[in-house]
Amino acid sequence: MDIPYTTQLREDTNLYNAKVGIWLFLASEVMLFGALFSSYILLRVGAPPGTFPHGLLNIPIGTFNTAVLITSSITVVMAWASLKMGNFGKFKFFQAITLLCALGFLTIKTFEYRDKFIHYEVWKNDGTRMTGHIEGNPWLWNTQTLSDKKLAAITFSPDAHHYAEPRKHDAEAKSDHGGHGAAVQIPAADIKRLSAFVPAHSTYFGIYFTLTALHALHVLGGAIVIGYLWGPGAKMWKTDPERFTNRIEVSGLFWHFVDLVWIFLFPVLYLL
Amino acid sequence: MQPTTTKETHHAAHEGHHDEPGFWRKYIFSTDHKIIGLQYGITGLIFLFFGFCLMLLMRWQIAYPGKAIPVVGELLYKLLGEEMVGKDALGKIGLMLPDLYNSFGAMHGTIMVFLAIVPIAFAAFGNYVVPLQIGAPDMAFPRVNMASYMCYFLGGVVMLASFFVPGGAAKSGWTSYSPLATVADLGHHWDGQTFWILGMVLLITSSLLGAVNFIATIIQLRAKGMTWMRLPFFVWAQFVTAFLLLLAFPPLEAAGVMQLMDNLFGTSFFLPTGLQVTGAPLPVSGGGSPLLWQHLFWFLGHPEVYVLILPAMGIVCEILANNTRKPIWGYKSLVYSVLVIGFLSFIVWAHHMYLTGMGTKIATFFQTTTMIISIPSVIILTCFFISLWGGSIRFNTPMLFALAFLPMFGIGGLTGLPLGFNYTDIHLHDTYYVIAHFHYVVAPGTIFALFAGIYYWYPKATGRFMNEFWGKVHFWTSLIFMNLIFQPMFAQGMAGLHRRMYDGGATYADAANVLGVPQAFIDMNKGISHAAWALGLAQIPFIINFFVSRTRGKKVASDNPWDATTLEWQTPTPPPHGNFPKPVEVYRSPYEYSVPGKSADFTPQNEPEKR
Amino acid sequence: MTNSFDYLIKHKLLSLPTLASEHGRHVDDLIVYVHALMAVLFVGWFAYFLYAIVRFRRSRNPKADYVGVKGHFSNWIEGGVALIEAILLIGFAVPLWAKVVTRPPSEKDATVINVIGRQFNWNGHYAGVDGRLGQPSPLRSTGSDPFGLDRKGDANAKDDVVVQGNLVVPVDKDVLVNLTSLDVIHSFAVRSMRVCQDAIPGLRISTWFKPVKEGDYKITCAQLCGNSHYGMFGTLKVVSQPEYDKWLAEQSAKAKTAVEPVSYE
Ligand code: HEA
Ligand code: HEA
Ligand code: CUA
Ligand SMILES: [Cu+2]
Repeated sequence: MDIPYTTQLREDTNLYNAKVGIWLFLASEVMLFGALFSSYILLRVGAPPGTFPHGLLNIPIGTFNTAVLITSSITVVMAWASLKMGNFGKFKFFQAITLLCALGFLTIKTFEYRDKFIHYEVWKNDGTRMTGHIEGNPWLWNTQTLSDKKLAAITFSPDAHHYAEPRKHDAEAKSDHGGHGAAVQIPAADIKRLSAFVPAHSTYFGIYFTLTALHALHVLGGAIVIGYLWGPGAKMWKTDPERFTNRIEVSGLFWHFVDLVWIFLFPVLYLL
Repeated sequence: MQPTTTKETHHAAHEGHHDEPGFWRKYIFSTDHKIIGLQYGITGLIFLFFGFCLMLLMRWQIAYPGKAIPVVGELLYKLLGEEMVGKDALGKIGLMLPDLYNSFGAMHGTIMVFLAIVPIAFAAFGNYVVPLQIGAPDMAFPRVNMASYMCYFLGGVVMLASFFVPGGAAKSGWTSYSPLATVADLGHHWDGQTFWILGMVLLITSSLLGAVNFIATIIQLRAKGMTWMRLPFFVWAQFVTAFLLLLAFPPLEAAGVMQLMDNLFGTSFFLPTGLQVTGAPLPVSGGGSPLLWQHLFWFLGHPEVYVLILPAMGIVCEILANNTRKPIWGYKSLVYSVLVIGFLSFIVWAHHMYLTGMGTKIATFFQTTTMIISIPSVIILTCFFISLWGGSIRFNTPMLFALAFLPMFGIGGLTGLPLGFNYTDIHLHDTYYVIAHFHYVVAPGTIFALFAGIYYWYPKATGRFMNEFWGKVHFWTSLIFMNLIFQPMFAQGMAGLHRRMYDGGATYADAANVLGVPQAFIDMNKGISHAAWALGLAQIPFIINFFVSRTRGKKVASDNPWDATTLEWQTPTPPPHGNFPKPVEVYRSPYEYSVPGKSADFTPQNEPEKR
Repeated sequence: MTNSFDYLIKHKLLSLPTLASEHGRHVDDLIVYVHALMAVLFVGWFAYFLYAIVRFRRSRNPKADYVGVKGHFSNWIEGGVALIEAILLIGFAVPLWAKVVTRPPSEKDATVINVIGRQFNWNGHYAGVDGRLGQPSPLRSTGSDPFGLDRKGDANAKDDVVVQGNLVVPVDKDVLVNLTSLDVIHSFAVRSMRVCQDAIPGLRISTWFKPVKEGDYKITCAQLCGNSHYGMFGTLKVVSQPEYDKWLAEQSAKAKTAVEPVSYE
């Protein structure tokens, strides 16, 4: 005897095994991201005033990335539909687009990360704080670096606007990125704390990087599976088309979930 | 379309490469649920033994604080170095230092829960028995099944490795409360705690894969006629357990990831503003919440404890039915109770956090749910007790352990009640009363059920019985010593003796006219420790019996040596790859013993009605 | 020890430690009630259990009865358990808890102490004779003064008393403890007072009790807080009101004169 219902549907449940499996797996994924979202809420509600940054993420790029993912989740459906209609060529085509979208998404995210690694906040001993860039855009400096590098001062071009203060008009919003006020010299002695926008900066960036990195891993994983089924795995289409189609459906379900997570992430992290 | 028709042809084709896989594919990288079950079982038992040994060492320090551990002390010193093992007052090498005590405590808890009991009760018995009992050829996803074991194994390796990293293994309790978990080993980044988290992530992954597999298998692969209400209770128990693991573990995974970030990347998820560790301000952003960790941990933690008990109840139910030779009383209420427990166990977690400054409303909610969840447990036990009435009880070793489980779990469960009322918990929280409470449920409770299961299914797996006489010796000695260990702890706890006491509470004892814990209760530590060591000796007959019976044990006369009704006994012994020579069909409920008018006192589920 | 039966049950049978606080007796009472319920269930079921396994052993009852128990008396047991639990819950646990967590004594007719737990000792901060507490700011905290009082700037702080290890309180008067921690989670426990409350960094949690017996009681730490958790203890000295006033006056005088705040053993 070997295992039934790998391809046929079971009469009473109308499902094949893999489909049950993926739905259960997604249920646990929901709990995973659910827990992180709840943590986000708790941390945000409990955050001391002025320690939970807003509007430091690049909304246009985020929106574009959202579009990219949505496109991909349309194409996976098309790919699966093509297989259902027995059109292997079209499947190859659509799934190729899906893969490109996945790669595009990850690349863009990498650049977003880089932007944060060279964007700094300074806490001065006199209690004032400013955000901006250090001359030469060094990566990932922190208070420690100053003493390690024995720097007497840093040349700092501050942003027009600090997240802790309420915005007056959007003109400022733009100036957060690109545009800078005149560079100033800050003596290391005056600096209480220096941190790039890395996880350690604040619980906000902590949860931002945790959530997006975890999501990125899911994108990567999904892309690898889809890529495998697009390349080497595709030969199953010849031997067992029914089962192959199911595999595409299952990987598609996972992909939809990954997109769905992003649909939540984007507003929560970028907009709210 | 009807699968079995097409299957036969497939079958023939498959025979070829199933027949003689080499040693590696047969025993190490096997995808056969029975082999994987055995792998889980052996590994789990070894960890169970290891976790026990850690405690045996701790019990020395508790009973004789400040005295070097005889014999093994030297060895520990060689293994772990002077960071962990020191000299005692007499200058004798082998004194367990506080950090080592805390490491052992945390690892005892972690290993027992995540590396011993869950793998044995859920993964081992589940893997071996469930597919057989539902008449399936294997698990739904055999390769996933193998992956699950591999993750578990790696997780175990990581946990063991953590004993040897600088600073030693995790030392903040199995609960790993932040901030302690983050600041305990300031200095080295890759400390025991980091390893603990990585190990946990692997174990969690393993459990998730397992859970998905079990649920899918039970939903999809039930044999023809095996309707939900014909499932043996053991299968139901495993089904609910799988859901608990599936939905409760991810939040802990999330928490683990966040604590990992705190340890490695200097985030402050669980670190509030203004922490001052050993005088100096901690250089972190702050703004986090220590309670967030506790909520995430206990959201897993409580369902987890039912993961520890439900499979045990399942095993006990099978053995009770078989050895009372009558149907289980109230099968339906058993099933509903276990489902209710499953749901409720997700909304009681904060009863572990009553003393974290909880308001009235939340406290009321959680102690109400806690009281409600005790009712289904009462119902389950009641059904088991009533099932004894009118039976024709056979007292073989499995049955002895199964019977002992009832009062032992009863004691453990009942003592959960005073903890469940937060007003009484004020006095009992973090005392040995808690330790005694849950050990009664997991040690003489779950462990006994596991022993029962081992003695019961051993003949199916090996074709031989374990030795009955030594089995009974193992039972009576274990029963006595378990109670000698844990009974006194209730008194100690009531008297106010805290848990996690490196010196067994000596510092908190009554001193010259300062009222603390009365000395008498501190002195109990000695008796408890002696009993614990004796319990260790009491396991020797079992270990020998376990291995020797494999080759020397009494051969089974038939495939169904216990005259049982469930499907696992309707296979060849031991079951071949694919389990059933031909597809089985089920005609009746699981425990049709002593059916009136039938000559045999048992009617297997797959025996066709002859009309 | 007015009621000796009560005493035997609580302190001999259940081995509860000496009781020295007012609300404590309610804790003990509830503990007794719950254990009574447990005892009834245990004894009842255990007796039945022993009888059943002897009565229905194979040799005596070779043929099992397919049906077994008829009727549904078990529902009554289960219903009973549920009922009693409900009573204990609604009648005692909930209201009593509400009392200990929601109705703090007013600051003026209670002994107010700020308590900070840190690895590995308990520290107390009293308002001096002026009865006004200085503003603690843990960021300024030093080895001897974890509260970081500003004795120069803050008028209220000048005569404040900071103690390490030993807390002194007057008998028969509410004690209001405002708890927090500097480093990890500790738990402020005085078992004879039936008090146990976690001290959590970043949070300030109040707990209160009324000592009714003079004497010295161990303050312990119930939450694992590091390698010396087992040794983290202090003493709660419950003394008569006059004695207390005397003590406070002395300490507070010392504090005024001391240049840099010292902690008293
Ligand atoms: C398998 C494990 C298991 C099980 C089943 C339970 C079951 C229960 N537990 Fe337990 N518990 C733990 C494992 C378990 N627990 C662990 C590990 C801890 C400590 C964690 C830590 O801090 O390290 C803990 C701690 C713990 C606490 C926190 C204590 C504290 O830290 O202050 C509380 C509080 O509510 C609690 C309550 C309960 C309750 C109400 C039940 C109920 O579900 C019990 C219901 C059962 C019954 C009511 C018995 C019914 C039986 C009969 C009526 C028949 C009797 C007949 C005879 C005896 C013959 N438990
Ligand atoms: C499932 C969980 C589980 C189990 C089974 C046990 C089993 C035991 N535990 Fe443990 N324990 C915990 C979970 C568990 N414990 C947890 C979570 C804590 C809290 C940790 C913390 O504070 O963070 C704890 C804490 C704890 C303490 C308190 C320490 C302290 O607070 O400082 C003590 C003290 O005596 C103790 C003792 C014991 C003893 C004597 C056993 C015995 O019952 C052990 C019995 C074991 C056997 C009898 C071995 C049988 C196995 C074999 C014979 C192997 C055979 C092998 C082959 C055949 C290959 N445990
Ligand atoms: Cu402080 Cu334990
Ligand atoms: Cu619990």
